[in-house]
Amino acid sequence: MTPKHHLAPGFPPFAFFAPTSKEDRRDSSAPAMTALKTPPDTAVTRTIPTTQGPRNSSLADKISRYLYIRPKVRVTGLLLLPLLWLGVLYLGSLALLFITAFWTTDSFTSKVIPAFTLENFTEILTQPAYQATALRTIGIALAVTVLSAALALPLGLYMAKVASPKMRALLAIGITLPLWAGYLVKVFSWRIIFSTGGPLDWLLAPFGASGPGYGTTALVITLTYQWFPYMAVPVYSAFRQIPVNLFDASSDLGAKSWATVRTIAIPLLKPAFIAGSIFTFSLSLGDYIAAQFVGGKTQVIGTVIASNINLNPPLAAAFGIVPIIVVVIYLFLARKTGALKAL
Amino acid sequence: MKITKALPLAALASLSLVLAACGGGAGASTGGGIQVPDLPTATEVGESEGQVNIIAWAGFVEDGSTNPNADWVSAFEKETSCTVNRKVGATSDEMVQLMRGGEYDLVSASGDASLRLIAGGDVAPVNTELIPNFGNIVDGLKGQIYDNLNGKTYGVPIGRGANVLMYNTDLVKEAPTSWADTWAADSPYKGSIMAYDSPIFIADAAVQLMATQPDLGITNPYALDKDQLAAAVELLKTQNTVVGEYWNDALKAVSSISSGTSALGTGWQVVVNLAQADGGKVESVLPKEGATGWSDTWMISAKSKNPNCAYKWMDWASSADVNAKIAQNFGMAPANKLACEGSKENETHCETFHATDEDYYKQVWMWTTPVEQCIDGRTEATCTNYQEWTKAWTEVKG
Repeated sequence: MTPKHHLAPGFPPFAFFAPTSKEDRRDSSAPAMTALKTPPDTAVTRTIPTTQGPRNSSLADKISRYLYIRPKVRVTGLLLLPLLWLGVLYLGSLALLFITAFWTTDSFTSKVIPAFTLENFTEILTQPAYQATALRTIGIALAVTVLSAALALPLGLYMAKVASPKMRALLAIGITLPLWAGYLVKVFSWRIIFSTGGPLDWLLAPFGASGPGYGTTALVITLTYQWFPYMAVPVYSAFRQIPVNLFDASSDLGAKSWATVRTIAIPLLKPAFIAGSIFTFSLSLGDYIAAQFVGGKTQVIGTVIASNINLNPPLAAAFGIVPIIVVVIYLFLARKTGALKAL
Repeated sequence: MKITKALPLAALASLSLVLAACGGGAGASTGGGIQVPDLPTATEVGESEGQVNIIAWAGFVEDGSTNPNADWVSAFEKETSCTVNRKVGATSDEMVQLMRGGEYDLVSASGDASLRLIAGGDVAPVNTELIPNFGNIVDGLKGQIYDNLNGKTYGVPIGRGANVLMYNTDLVKEAPTSWADTWAADSPYKGSIMAYDSPIFIADAAVQLMATQPDLGITNPYALDKDQLAAAVELLKTQNTVVGEYWNDALKAVSSISSGTSALGTGWQVVVNLAQADGGKVESVLPKEGATGWSDTWMISAKSKNPNCAYKWMDWASSADVNAKIAQNFGMAPANKLACEGSKENETHCETFHATDEDYYKQVWMWTTPVEQCIDGRTEATCTNYQEWTKAWTEVKG
């Protein structure tokens, strides 16, 4: 860094002393603040700007000077766009959803009428079909999560600690490849797999068995397939970070393979499992297309919302709050375990 | 720290403001009768706007991409220079919702959708003088309650048909004549029955009850009082134990019935036709109990941005030639009388689908939106409206 760099036109002399030590620490990474750490000898040339023609040459200079002395405005300006995105578009739509849940519809035209009523919530809480659907969906989401975790553990172990680099790359592609295919294509493939007399039935026929057909089992398998990469990738990368000598130490002390996995690997992998489970759980909770195609007559939260969205949007909105609450509780429990600190 | 504490408070304050503001607007409510907004009618058909956006049932607007033999869009596009953008609607409810968005110019509305659209002010009256082919519509389809209100015409009829019982001949050896096997808890086809996924399907249960439990006193499946609705829901819950799949996507229905995942169930003739075109062993029948059905009309959006192309399409689709193609592709009775003439094929088709046989259609209960006023003529009873049907439907599917 040359002295000239520190003395850009319009650099306010008092700025050298303006920031308090607290702000200094906070902004130490900002390039402009490196000027603060310049040796005292540059102070000699400090007066140059005043002799170098007009100081307020451009608007950009004005703005940068204005922002420089007002760190709060600076931070606000930087965060305004992302905050708008989060606040207006993201949370705003959630707020609208919440408001709509208190509205009602015209019984004939099924047009939405803005009015305050608790009818939709009463309906959801008193009608057993909604409770059964909510519980069923949570059950399915948990099953998908457990199944994904159970599959990700051995796969992660093999990929991170056993497989050759070539094999590892191949498996990594294998895990992520399904993400490149269209969602509907994958769901429809599973629909064909589970169809009566379809590939699964054909495969199981020699053993005298048949596929589960469309229903909850088929739905859990399809969703596990869809969301498995979101569990497998964090578990695999967490496995790679565990030093091999921990495993060696464990076996030196006489632990068998399973004991090593159980007492060494799983506790270290817990954050990865929880991070992965947030994806598998919440994605399964919100899915409805898979349920429509392979779920047979299984109703989940998503299908109930989808069937009400045309006829009774406020009821759909009220029911849409259920998965939000469930996910918030899930995140809260995950936070309590401390796993989110690693994210 | 101050900000984080103030944020929820501010959110709460703004929320209550919004709620209060919304509450103010709730004064306007609809009475028992059907109020129809006064909307202007087109007076002339001008230059084409270059495109027309249509929501239609599967098989109504075909450009040869689903079935190479079904194409009446390409010629229209060439002749009028209106590009047709089609969206297939799965249920009447979806169509109503999409029409409210205002992006679509035309909809092929069934009776249960059309009343809601008219009353909601979503569709404009049609000037039939701008549609030369309107004069050839069969009498049975003119002036129906569900597309003609207060002396104004809102729809240009396309055709009508019944929701048939379709069955896979590999699994159902003997041609069925009754719906009974699709409703019974001890059905031999338990687990392989398919049913239509919409609250309007409650009417199918009511039709069955009319035949099997006359003491319930149902005379019109769309006029059910509380007890009658409860009986229908009971029957549907029984059916739920034997149903394998509910469908509302025509292509899903095709895959289900032709693969044998479903053995029999309610369907549309177009599903049967598509399945047969793919080599599926599927047949259909109109059972002795009668059936629900539909009568569809083209309706133009009140917010249409392409009214000229929309009128051109309505006239095009009502011409004898195109109407015959649509009717034969979907498997329904055409609306245009002349679509039953001109060729042996046309005549046979109209005979099969009883195009001009009004007695036949007395057995078929055309989809209508259920309202509080009993449309079967009872004055002392209050009937259940579609919202109650919607809630009942959620209960049925559990």
